[in-house]
Amino acid sequence: MAKPIDEITWQELGIGAVVTEIGNSVQYKTGSWRSERPVVKKEHCIKCGVCWLFCPDMSIVQTPEGHFTANLEFCKGCGICAKECPVGCITMQGEEA
Amino acid sequence: MDKYSVYSARLVDQTEYMAPGHRACQGCAEVLAVRLILKALGRDTIMAMSTGCMEIISSPLPLTSWRIPWIHNAFENSSAVVSGCESGMKAMMRKGRIPQKKINFVAMGGDGATADIGMGPLSGALERGHDFLYVCLDNEAYMNTGIQRSSSTPYGASTTTSPAGKKSIGQHTQKKNMAQIAVAHNIPYVATACTSYPFDLMEKAKRAAEMNGAAYLHVLSVCPTGWRIPPEEAIKYGRLAVESGMFPLYEVVNGKYSLSYKPPVMIPVKEYLAAQGRYRHLTDTDLHKIEEMAMQEYQRIVRLSEGD
Ligand SMILES: Cc1ncc(C[n+]2csc(CCOP(=O)(O)OP(=O)(O)O)c2C)c(N)n1
Ligand code: SF4
Ligand code: SF4
Ligand code: SF4
Ligand SMILES: [Mg+2]
Repeated sequence: MAKPIDEITWQELGIGAVVTEIGNSVQYKTGSWRSERPVVKKEHCIKCGVCWLFCPDMSIVQTPEGHFTANLEFCKGCGICAKECPVGCITMQGEEA
Repeated sequence: MDKYSVYSARLVDQTEYMAPGHRACQGCAEVLAVRLILKALGRDTIMAMSTGCMEIISSPLPLTSWRIPWIHNAFENSSAVVSGCESGMKAMMRKGRIPQKKINFVAMGGDGATADIGMGPLSGALERGHDFLYVCLDNEAYMNTGIQRSSSTPYGASTTTSPAGKKSIGQHTQKKNMAQIAVAHNIPYVATACTSYPFDLMEKAKRAAEMNGAAYLHVLSVCPTGWRIPPEEAIKYGRLAVESGMFPLYEVVNGKYSLSYKPPVMIPVKEYLAAQGRYRHLTDTDLHKIEEMAMQEYQRIVRLSEGD
């Protein structure tokens, strides 16, 4: 959908409220929910991808060097990645800190 | 992790069929289950979904998180809708109107949708033998409307409609055993799985979809909000459920049982329950009783898996 979601009126919805654009929820940036962000100590990361596999918000991306870091546009700061990282190289840091 | 070790995480398909921007709570393992199951099924999948958390968080108009054809149903009829999709598309293939292709027809619902409200249509679809997969995302209550008990809520859990108090232990009935109800339909494939064992979950979803005929997958999906646990512990609690024997992981292929994972040392049920807010009120005697009941069912599954 070309328009931002808050400008779309009900008259513009498709018949049967069918949404024809796949995965357009990417417009809604859930990163604003976060109170803590995951910070990766790159030098300790073994590039295993466990954090990526367990993230419920598809918010972990691989960098060109092969490390994994959070995509802060969507990361809600749940802390699962930090908890599950087998080498403990992710720490959660307060957003205001 | 499970039998595949941490190193195989990078071998998992990178494609995301569930888009970010969905509105599940922080640390929701139910949406993680959806994400992983979609990875296993791939893009040739058509899904009908009952109302519930996963429908609500993924499809607030005009947005959708789905990257596959997906339809939102009423509470009770995802199995009926997917039966129609499967029969209709099979007929069109037979008549040459659309190319022959293996398509995964999937119905998905929460435990309320599955064990209570959609039970009749689900039983009908299993009995008719449609070539489809039913996935129950079991977070053990009606979470989307604010933690009401379902027939899949375990004994002793406090919910808003089974509150614990001076005269109430919380939920006073036993958790309905949906996987066994599916087994009783003599369908080719039934399995239990949990997001804390992601490779096992994805393998089962794949196997279930490849089966000819009806398949049923029951996924324990930790809900930090309803279970009253910290969001970062969602994966840990799934692991504790399995390691304590409270939620055995098994498969029943053409009637033959096999245990998918045998914990090397069984941890006490107390370790799984005591720190969850919904079980906070339980005494040691209660925990003991729950452990005994869980062990009986666990041992039954072990015996069925070992016998021929
Ligand atoms: C017939 C009907 N009754 C009640 C509702 C309200 N309702 C919507 S979602 C929901 C809870 C769903 O619980 P469950 O199936 O366990 O899924 P969860 O939200 O826990 O993932 C309820 C009660 C409804 N939509 N339709
Ligand atoms: S904190 Fe949670 S949402 Fe953010 S990247 Fe880690 S697992 Fe994903
Ligand atoms: S889990 Fe830890 S070690 Fe593995 S890729 Fe993520 S940050 Fe690196
Ligand atoms: S209430 Fe539970 S299942 Fe529903 S979105 Fe929140 S964490 Fe997930
Ligand atoms: Mg539920």
